Amino acid sequence: MVRISRRKLLKLSGGGAVAARAGGIASILALKQAPAYAQGTTIHWLRWNDFVPASDEVLRNVVAPECTKALGIKLNIEMINGNDIQARTTSAIQSGTGPDVICALNNWPQLYPESVVDVSDVAEEIGKAQGGFYVESRVVANDGKKWIAVPWCVLGAQLAYRKSWFAEVGYDAPKFPQTWEEYREAGKKLKAKSRPLGQAVSHSFGDPPTYAYPYLWSWGGKEVEADGKTVVLNSKATVDSVDFAVGFWKDAYDDGGLAWDDSSNNRAFLAGTISCTLNGASIYLEAKRKPEVYLTETGTPLWQDILHAPLPKGVAGQFGYHLPMSNMLMKYVKDQKAGKEFLRWITSKPVYQAWFDSQQGYSVGATTTWEQDKLWEKDPVMLPFRTAARAGRFPGYAGPADRHAAEVLSKYIIVDMTAKAIQGMPAQDAVKWAHEEVAGIHGA
Amino acid sequence: MAVDSVAAVKSAKSYVAAPRRGPVTRVLENERWFAFLLLLPTAVLLGLFMAYPFIEGVLLALSDAKVGVPGSFVGLQNFAALLNDSIFRVAVWNTIVYTAVTTVFKLALGLWLALLLNQHFRGKALTRAFVLLPFIIPTVLSTFAWKWMFDPTFSVINWTLFHLGIIRTRINWLSDPGLALVSVIIVNIWRGVPFYAISLLAGLQTINPELAEAAAIDGARTWQRFRYITWPLLLPVTMVVVLFSVIQTFADFQLVYILTGGGPANATQLFATYAYQIGVGTGLLGQGAAISLAMFPVLLAVVVVQLLYIRRVEIH
Repeated sequence: MVRISRRKLLKLSGGGAVAARAGGIASILALKQAPAYAQGTTIHWLRWNDFVPASDEVLRNVVAPECTKALGIKLNIEMINGNDIQARTTSAIQSGTGPDVICALNNWPQLYPESVVDVSDVAEEIGKAQGGFYVESRVVANDGKKWIAVPWCVLGAQLAYRKSWFAEVGYDAPKFPQTWEEYREAGKKLKAKSRPLGQAVSHSFGDPPTYAYPYLWSWGGKEVEADGKTVVLNSKATVDSVDFAVGFWKDAYDDGGLAWDDSSNNRAFLAGTISCTLNGASIYLEAKRKPEVYLTETGTPLWQDILHAPLPKGVAGQFGYHLPMSNMLMKYVKDQKAGKEFLRWITSKPVYQAWFDSQQGYSVGATTTWEQDKLWEKDPVMLPFRTAARAGRFPGYAGPADRHAAEVLSKYIIVDMTAKAIQGMPAQDAVKWAHEEVAGIHGA
Repeated sequence: MAVDSVAAVKSAKSYVAAPRRGPVTRVLENERWFAFLLLLPTAVLLGLFMAYPFIEGVLLALSDAKVGVPGSFVGLQNFAALLNDSIFRVAVWNTIVYTAVTTVFKLALGLWLALLLNQHFRGKALTRAFVLLPFIIPTVLSTFAWKWMFDPTFSVINWTLFHLGIIRTRINWLSDPGLALVSVIIVNIWRGVPFYAISLLAGLQTINPELAEAAAIDGARTWQRFRYITWPLLLPVTMVVVLFSVIQTFADFQLVYILTGGGPANATQLFATYAYQIGVGTGLLGQGAAISLAMFPVLLAVVVVQLLYIRRVEIH
């Protein structure tokens, strides 16, 4: 666990502020005095329960008190299950009262453009100061005209795998299957040893889509053309991808994945029942946090036997879909100026640094500047996450990540296309079904 | 005649002399107004918490409202879209199967349990309390426990069956589409049986035991006593219990949401889970409301048929 003291954060904040000297957060930090307008203001920030618990502690115990000191804003952070954030957002918007700032996952901001404040000034400032946002962060938080949320981070998704088990089937680290065919062959051998690959192909917001979409793109399949209207899902590339996925599933995967949620593969990997799974770095970080609890079959700490690799290449290339998060300032908030000041402060480099460090690489930041951070020198196992977001695309590709893309995503159509085929529906029929569903959504 | 007139005048005078009634008293003395006033609190509560949300729901279903956008009137467009929605069709079928199967099992098991609990045995009170447990525990908690028991990797059910030598490979309770529906049905039955059992037990206890005793003296066997005495007398209670249960099961949400999220590939998608997915997950409130409202005609038909049947039984 990374420990960050309040003193350290203050030092980091102060140092950054003095260095920046560009007004806004910098001047506030330099003065170490809260702006008069914000005195007595409270910000209610709704977020998910982090898969890295240390980060929640940093926010509560370090960042929140500093917020009061730096801005005079009392920061109330509420952490809930990621799957429940949308229900809370909906009720807040409809009732016109609720959290001031909501940390949205995926492209949820695109679902509520009328209900959020234009935060272009804050986002432009942060992007400019930090080397620009990743494409994924931009497309989910910008509606093409303005910023409807301030990008917060991108959660890198990589394959976490058992080094020793892959070595037994011919992949001595750092060698790892490069293509889907190689990955399937390796998985087949591992499954024969009761060490299958693991993947959620179910109704859960994280792992299932972050696997299904890049898999489809790597075969050359896509939902729509760049115009965002012409649905082209039913293509040879898509049918080939689904066809391959069916055999791949039977050969190499744990059958239970059709019912997994986002934490199931973590549990299965940590229990030693699967050899490889697409995930954030939480499996590795958890194993490292409790080395005496998570052990290999030989009794050595499990974390020492874990490595990371990107998803294999397909005929069309190698892609990733890394879960973006962004902070929406809600329109019903009365003191929007204070809300913007908070977003500017929390996303500024000196303050963000404390949270970023606590993530230990689980989050790669939303701007490219974090690729240069010293954190990446600490643990080579985390290095594949460093630039992961560069290869990121977002659902809806090649069209915009708009409401239609969100509907396709929330209905799990791309995930279910594969799931249906695995359950026995002919690949062509599964693709046809998915195409019609996507076309229905885009035609509505 | 003259004496009578005098008396009448006197009594009239004394009547006039009585204190005058205020408007409130006059209203309260009017039976119609008094009944109206007594009903008013209930009517206000029903109107506020049932009629108003229902009307709002109907209006929402007839609009293209999205989260944060009031939307405009689109008539039956949302309902027409549902006819071409393959996931909706799956949800309709699943909901019907889910409700029908669980209701039959809950009734059979609940009745059986109620008959057992109606017997005299040591520890009867404690047993009755234990039987209620599945109904008392919050559904979210108990469903999480079931999720763990059905877990593809760590299923305690699979572990037990495997160690008893009954199975050789694990059963994918929640990842096989057929078994996933069976699994959510099992959990619903487990949760619902106590409601049936306790309600039917209450019904059984209102039946005079002398009727069964008299029938036994006349030579009626156990089955005959149940068939011709207990069951007819229990029927009105049973119908009410079934009515409540059908309504609750048809609109079930949390159990499926937690166990499967409607998956795999919509194999366990129900009306309520799909309405949530569209209304909240996608922000299409109008369409979500239309899905919810699509349940209404079916439930209304069930309620009308059952209430008519109950009425008939009571008259006879």
